[in-house]
Amino acid sequence: MPANGAPTKITQGSKTKGGIGESTLRPDGTLKVTGEFAYSSDMWHEDMLWGQILRSTVAHAEIVSIDTSEALAMPGVYAVMTYDDLPTDVKNYGLEIQDTPVLAHGKVRHHGEPVAIVAADHPETARRAAAKIKVEYRELPVITDEASALAPDAILIHENRDDHHIGHVPHPNIVHRQPIIRGNADEAAKKADVVVKGEYTFGMQDQAFLGPESGLAVPDEDGGVHLYIATQWLHSDLRQIAPVLGLPESKVRMTLSGVGGAFGGREDLSMQIHACLLALRTGKPVKIVYNRFESFFGHVHRHPAKLFYEHGATKDGKLTHVKCRIVLDGGAYASASPAVVGNASSLSIGPYVVDDVDIEAIALYTNNPPCGAMRGFGAVQACFAYEAQMDKVARQLGMDPVRFRQLNAMEQGTIMPTGQPVDSPAPVAELLRRVKAMPMPPERQWESSEGADVRQLPGGLSNTTHGEGVVRGVGYAVGIKNVGFSEGFDDYSTAKVRMEVINGEPVATVHTAMAEVGQGGVTVHAQIARTELGVAQVTIHPADTQVGSAGSTSASRQTYVTGGAVKNSCELVREKVLEIGRRKFGSYHPAWATAELLLEGGKVVTDGGEVLADLVDVLDGESVEVEAEWRHRPTEAFDLRTGQGNGHVQYSFAAHRAVVEVDTELGLVKVIELACAQDVGKALNPLSVIGQIQGGTTQGLGVAVMEEIVVDPKTAKVKNPSFTDYLIPTILDTPTIPVDVLELADDHAPYGLRGIGEAPTLSSTPAVLAAIRNATGLELNRTPVRPEHLTGTA
Amino acid sequence: MRVNFTVNGRPQEADDVWEGESLLYVLRERLGLPGSKNACEQGECGSCTVRLDGVPVCSCLVAAGQVEGREVVTVEGLADYAKQRAEHGGCASGACGTSLQDAQQWAAKGQDSQTGEGTELSPIQQAFIDAGAVQCGFCTPGLLVAADEMLERNPNPTDADIREALSGNLCRCTGYEKIMDAVRLAAARQSEGV
Amino acid sequence: MDFLRPASWEEALAAKAAHPTAVPIAGGTDVMVEINFDHRRPEYLLDLNRIGDLYEWEVGEDSVRLGASVPYTRIMENLRAELPGLALASHTVASPQIRNRGGVGGNLGTASPAGDAHPALLASGAEVEVESAERGTRLIPIDEFYKGVKRNALQPDELIRAVHVKKADGPQQFSKVGTRNAMVIAVCAFGLALHPETRTVRTGIGSAAPTPVRAKAAEEFLNAALEEGGFWDNGKIITPSVAKQFADLCSAACNPIDDVRGTASYRRHAVGVMARRTLTWTWESYRGARRTTEGAA
Repeated sequence: MPANGAPTKITQGSKTKGGIGESTLRPDGTLKVTGEFAYSSDMWHEDMLWGQILRSTVAHAEIVSIDTSEALAMPGVYAVMTYDDLPTDVKNYGLEIQDTPVLAHGKVRHHGEPVAIVAADHPETARRAAAKIKVEYRELPVITDEASALAPDAILIHENRDDHHIGHVPHPNIVHRQPIIRGNADEAAKKADVVVKGEYTFGMQDQAFLGPESGLAVPDEDGGVHLYIATQWLHSDLRQIAPVLGLPESKVRMTLSGVGGAFGGREDLSMQIHACLLALRTGKPVKIVYNRFESFFGHVHRHPAKLFYEHGATKDGKLTHVKCRIVLDGGAYASASPAVVGNASSLSIGPYVVDDVDIEAIALYTNNPPCGAMRGFGAVQACFAYEAQMDKVARQLGMDPVRFRQLNAMEQGTIMPTGQPVDSPAPVAELLRRVKAMPMPPERQWESSEGADVRQLPGGLSNTTHGEGVVRGVGYAVGIKNVGFSEGFDDYSTAKVRMEVINGEPVATVHTAMAEVGQGGVTVHAQIARTELGVAQVTIHPADTQVGSAGSTSASRQTYVTGGAVKNSCELVREKVLEIGRRKFGSYHPAWATAELLLEGGKVVTDGGEVLADLVDVLDGESVEVEAEWRHRPTEAFDLRTGQGNGHVQYSFAAHRAVVEVDTELGLVKVIELACAQDVGKALNPLSVIGQIQGGTTQGLGVAVMEEIVVDPKTAKVKNPSFTDYLIPTILDTPTIPVDVLELADDHAPYGLRGIGEAPTLSSTPAVLAAIRNATGLELNRTPVRPEHLTGTA
Repeated sequence: MRVNFTVNGRPQEADDVWEGESLLYVLRERLGLPGSKNACEQGECGSCTVRLDGVPVCSCLVAAGQVEGREVVTVEGLADYAKQRAEHGGCASGACGTSLQDAQQWAAKGQDSQTGEGTELSPIQQAFIDAGAVQCGFCTPGLLVAADEMLERNPNPTDADIREALSGNLCRCTGYEKIMDAVRLAAARQSEGV
Repeated sequence: MDFLRPASWEEALAAKAAHPTAVPIAGGTDVMVEINFDHRRPEYLLDLNRIGDLYEWEVGEDSVRLGASVPYTRIMENLRAELPGLALASHTVASPQIRNRGGVGGNLGTASPAGDAHPALLASGAEVEVESAERGTRLIPIDEFYKGVKRNALQPDELIRAVHVKKADGPQQFSKVGTRNAMVIAVCAFGLALHPETRTVRTGIGSAAPTPVRAKAAEEFLNAALEEGGFWDNGKIITPSVAKQFADLCSAACNPIDDVRGTASYRRHAVGVMARRTLTWTWESYRGARRTTEGAA
């Protein structure tokens, strides 16, 4: 497809009802609306105990002593465990760097770090017992930002680091550093007619999934344990859990329970090991359910960031160069920080053509809450800053901000700052055109015959304005997100597919370890199986570790990679079915030997549509099963000095237009509409695609105007770990979100699809900020923007 | 302490209840009704919404002892509750919830084995499935109870009415658009049915 | 923990007398949060749900006697004419589910400066009816009720039975700032009531001082300015300078703190804006009512 030509819509229909491209309904929908769907917090077992975690009340301290005797003596308490009770030499875990203690050892490094665990017969007993554990701390100075982390006398958050990043970081309090140098930014800057510099701050966002961390560990008779858990990646959990328990992976059985949202926050372990330890210690099933307060301490957050940018452009609107420095606060433990650094650096200039760049991204170790994966993963922070810069440059040039973006928009064939060519459609200019072309929402919708409807005004039900001070603003943004795991990671998925005849009907069973966290992967797997195997009935087997890894439900990768694995395994099953058919019926019709055969509508058919046999007759009594791994094309690590390398698999693009109304006197914002245009490659399930885009958009809105975990810079303690003070958008804060879906196939991906879950979270935030700037004329270099920032009262 | 009350039309007794337990805990952990969800336990998310003597409340903020002798409807009882309402004059002709509803349920039946096929649903439950308003589903039970009650009071809500009525129910997955669609759909079907 | 379930008001008073540390629980919207989050483990919970009297209201000659447990939803729906300020404030309380359970008695009992009912009660004028088994009933003027951050004038053996709120004799408004458009705790709030019968204006400020407060200097200034300019009679538009000075004095009545919900400086600013706007709205409404009356006469 010509990059600037008219985009083509690709519709790959499937002839079996309920196949890909249709908006089939969720297989778990009925269970979810009747309350019968079993989430991890709903697990219950006869005789089970309740686990409770005692967490540090200070952010940085040496542990002088822990006294558990009073807690242990309480009636109803079955076990109290500290670091000293860990069964093996493996006492740490971590996604990439095993730097996170299962229970604090000698030191705590952030507020809310687990220090001891308790099992008791009632949650209240467990809470009371935990409260009776006496921990004596000797407090240490806290490191909370770059200056304190890199100060000459700074305490090292982790002494004796031996991870694979320590060799190239300039300071042990830096987890990872990734520079990207391409061309010569200093030279190119000389050609610039306009140079714009900016400093930006991105606040700490929480995933705030609605189902807090929870699970049930049941001891097995063979000395192992069975964990029912809500996670994003069963096998990654397993790899981290088993060594700490001193068990082979085969004795740690994991079954995915219902997951109440994830958004990156379940990529790391939370209560998994604790529940297993207590179950093995007591010989009884142990359930742990965090409450909302604990949930804020129980998972990593989105990295807060400081971003320093310089953009140059010629007066005809072409970017000359970009320099940037992104400082991510990784908090006390590494989690996914290194990969977040890789994303932030490699995607730091956005979906634009810039030949000369000088980029650096680092993640710090501090005593702030640990940060890691959240939807958008490093690309979100950068997008907020580069899109603000793009508006500033456009303003300086006197150009329309959308026009300026389109002039510099990347397209298929553009070379990334990493040197990697973009080798599939990159319709950045087109997405901007589409989102701009959408009809504008009418003005003053709040006016009615009965006066102002406050529900449609800034402040909403709080009745702060009847129209006074209200100014409308419009803003645009576009973003680029990588899909799948990058930088040379062996990112594969496994799918086991079985086909057999049950009650006279051909049935396919799809078994993967994919974590369904709400995204609708189970719906899509069934659709793929119907398309590939021509059956109406598909059973989705519960996800567990009895099948190979499906990788993580993150990085917008599941439909691509596990979907790809399901497709691949279905194809292998199809070949076997056809072999059986040839064996049984080959002699009856010459087409068995020659034609391209398909499975459609429960039959074997030729590509000309001629029916050769019923699947029921082919399979009669036999079943076919295949378990196979599937990989997307390999990627490379980024060079540690230059950042060059084909690090990414695929890119995903979305653009937003935000229309806001701001009460400029009170600094309150009502987002009126957040229109989105996104290229999805191929919408396997259009209804789910729209749902993902609208959900991602709303999370971007949240961090634009309200969401922030506030950490006291003096103590590194979290000040708002509750839904009273960590606010996420209600239905009255969320506007209509019209979505324009573009389907430009990526030839490298199954069905041409593109991972979609994260891109809309990127551009939503800067679009809202741009609209607020447009309404107020203020600079606004931080997000979330709060009323005090809009009223000069910060 | 012991607490006796009615849940979804059935008398229930919970024993050995700790005095600080919430109605939510009793429903979930003592009565085997985990449909109401524990997402914040501070009245800031609506996931645990149930009807207490007909009124939508956050069950996490009702002390177990306070429900002695009272009637509770949870998401597990919503379909029955809606059916009874339809049969007892909740809609004039008594037709809603029967033929049209049945037809819609048939049309919406999934093709998979995990659908809980054959389960009778209330119109709002069916609409949530059909409109794609369910993703992770953790907010869904509370939203259903709240939305059902709103449609009972206000069968023809404006968008602003829907948003106001559901402003106590957080959803983190959907961006609420499909939830709006679902409530509009349920309202439309309800009015067609009358 | 013991759970006390009095069946009548007398039983409740007796229980409170016997166990002065008992924590009354009605809507549960404050108490249960504290229990769920392990912030509080009272020896006794005193359930007031079974005392029907607390859920009733009577509209009298001059005031409404509002039972302590009348849910905010009922106030919004039934007392909009008599208590417009409180009805507006009720509509801003948390969420529909909370408004179905919580009542003014809870706001008064908790006495948080962020309670939404307080500014409306201060502006309209109210008395809190409290009672103990030993000393019987007393009425505490609302201005004397708030004693400190989350402290009120109740004695340990007393329970709040009702609040007597003056019926509106003129327009009232309530406005609250939060960083979300629904289900939000006040960053700060403002209530204003015009009392044409006495030719006075009363105010209430929430969440901008250790307790809910009236902006008395602002009220006095405005009362004088309105009197002087003959505004009550001539129904003229209040001049911007008067409105501004009133707003500034309301800001000055604040004694706010910086916290996670907002800065002190913002709170002062926002109270001023809300004061000016609510004054404008109420005065416009007063002028409109006057015109209608004159037109009829």
